[in-house]
Amino acid sequence: MHKIASTSVDWSALREDFPILREQAHGHPLIYFDSAATSQKPRAVIDALRNFYEHENANVHRGLHMLSSRATEAYEKARQRVADYIGAASADEIVFTRGTTESINLVAQAWGGKFIREGDVILLTVMEHHSNLVPWQLLAERTGARLRFVPVRNDGTLDLEQISSLLTPEVKLFAFTHISNSLGTINPVAELCEKAHAVGALTLIDAAQSAGHLPIDVREWGCDFLAFSGHKMCGPTGIGVLYGRAEILDSIPPWHGGGEMIVSVALEKSAFKKAPHRFEAGTPNIAGAIGLAAAIDYIEQIGRPAIFEHDSQLARYAAQRLTELPGTRVFGPKEERGALAGFVMDAAHPHDLTTFADQYGLAMRGGHHCNQPLMRRFGVSGTTRASFYFYNTTEEIDRMIEILHAAVRFFS
Amino acid sequence: MIPEIEELYQEVILDHSRRPRNFGELPDAAVRVHGDNPACGDEIHLAVKFDADGGLEDIKFTGRGCAISQASASLMTMKLKGKIRAEVVEMLRAFHDLVTDETSEAPKNLGDLRVMSGVRRFPQRVKCAMLPWRAVEQALEQRAGEATVSTEPA
Repeated sequence: MHKIASTSVDWSALREDFPILREQAHGHPLIYFDSAATSQKPRAVIDALRNFYEHENANVHRGLHMLSSRATEAYEKARQRVADYIGAASADEIVFTRGTTESINLVAQAWGGKFIREGDVILLTVMEHHSNLVPWQLLAERTGARLRFVPVRNDGTLDLEQISSLLTPEVKLFAFTHISNSLGTINPVAELCEKAHAVGALTLIDAAQSAGHLPIDVREWGCDFLAFSGHKMCGPTGIGVLYGRAEILDSIPPWHGGGEMIVSVALEKSAFKKAPHRFEAGTPNIAGAIGLAAAIDYIEQIGRPAIFEHDSQLARYAAQRLTELPGTRVFGPKEERGALAGFVMDAAHPHDLTTFADQYGLAMRGGHHCNQPLMRRFGVSGTTRASFYFYNTTEEIDRMIEILHAAVRFFS
Repeated sequence: MIPEIEELYQEVILDHSRRPRNFGELPDAAVRVHGDNPACGDEIHLAVKFDADGGLEDIKFTGRGCAISQASASLMTMKLKGKIRAEVVEMLRAFHDLVTDETSEAPKNLGDLRVMSGVRRFPQRVKCAMLPWRAVEQALEQRAGEATVSTEPA
């Protein structure tokens, strides 16, 4: 059995930073293989949230007192931290949202509502999460626009040969995921952005599965929008990010109306702030933004290249070991893959497998993973997914294989 | 083996999930109900033929799903075949109690279906067990034609 030969990071020491990893599940040490759904949180993030509520809590952008200044400063510093983390030109390009889903809905409703007309085309891919599919369906229904899809090949990669025939001048936006949450496929984002721009289409990248795993550089990739969630990258739930290129964000009308997003309000009409505040009506998730900044600090201390190397080695190791199990089909690319392995076993349905594994302390996800069209594409109703982060180990994967062998014996 | 696993997946359940009874088409069915569990993508196609008094003369199913939903469908069809309407309604209620209510005593009239009582300790799996029953409930209401039901309210 090969060991992960990696950088100088002491990965097992990092586990100590995550209090929840000391939990027992059904009397067994917890093996948490569901980080693609939500990651666990390090002490540094938990402490940042507590510190905010104990020492800085106040509303932002409106009070003149000391605490309000502290809260505003911390909140806007978090925005700058996010901008630096993804290579944005300015903090003004960072809108705080509730998560990836809300970020994409903001674009679909506010940008789409203004710029999309009947006959326009939104290009998506068959591997999109429902959060990067349903908002566009709603937009298409409202406007008479059409949706088109880049097919997925048997090996789990996008059929790039089809892209030139799909990217016609009617395409106004190409929205695609960076890493597939079911297959682990890593899409060539810079190449896709370049192809889209060649026909004048804008691009949106769903970075939910990549933001905490890989270096992101929106300017190098040339994307127009990028969406991700804090909770999948060590941050709290309920905070997410929409990056929008400045000139595009400024062209989009407000989305939600309310306090915080206005310059002046009269009874009949209001004037709105510039981006990003125009899109942040009401009291934002201040603690969430500060927690996200703490998560970014934590991730940057380790370094995303090291995290990616560690996680993708775990995923390749898992994918390879899963094929040892009888009657097991592993989905997604063999070589380049994100931090997860989706599979089906002849012996047992994903729900039976995950129920079985859970009793041994192994947390996995079984089902369609909000990827119903993709599941249909591969002729299954669902898969079992083991997803990883830097706090996982090869020993845990070995234990997973033992548990799955026991499941095969039990269900066959 | 872990006791909770053995309690949930009793031998009878594993047997019915591997070799489901009444699995197949029913060409002269009066009602066909398509049942979906959107949480996992599982589906069941239930076909029912009524006798002159509205009882369940014949009942068969196809589809795919987990061991719990397949065994539940198999055991259910065996139990309900030949039952009058009132008995089916009574069993539906009793089975729902069996898989959801910690305090319910498994009623004797459920027979083999009582092996499903382990589901009550796995609340996430109740929908799997109830999927075929939701379909039969719709079939009784429908009496003729086709319908779709879901474990999620739409």
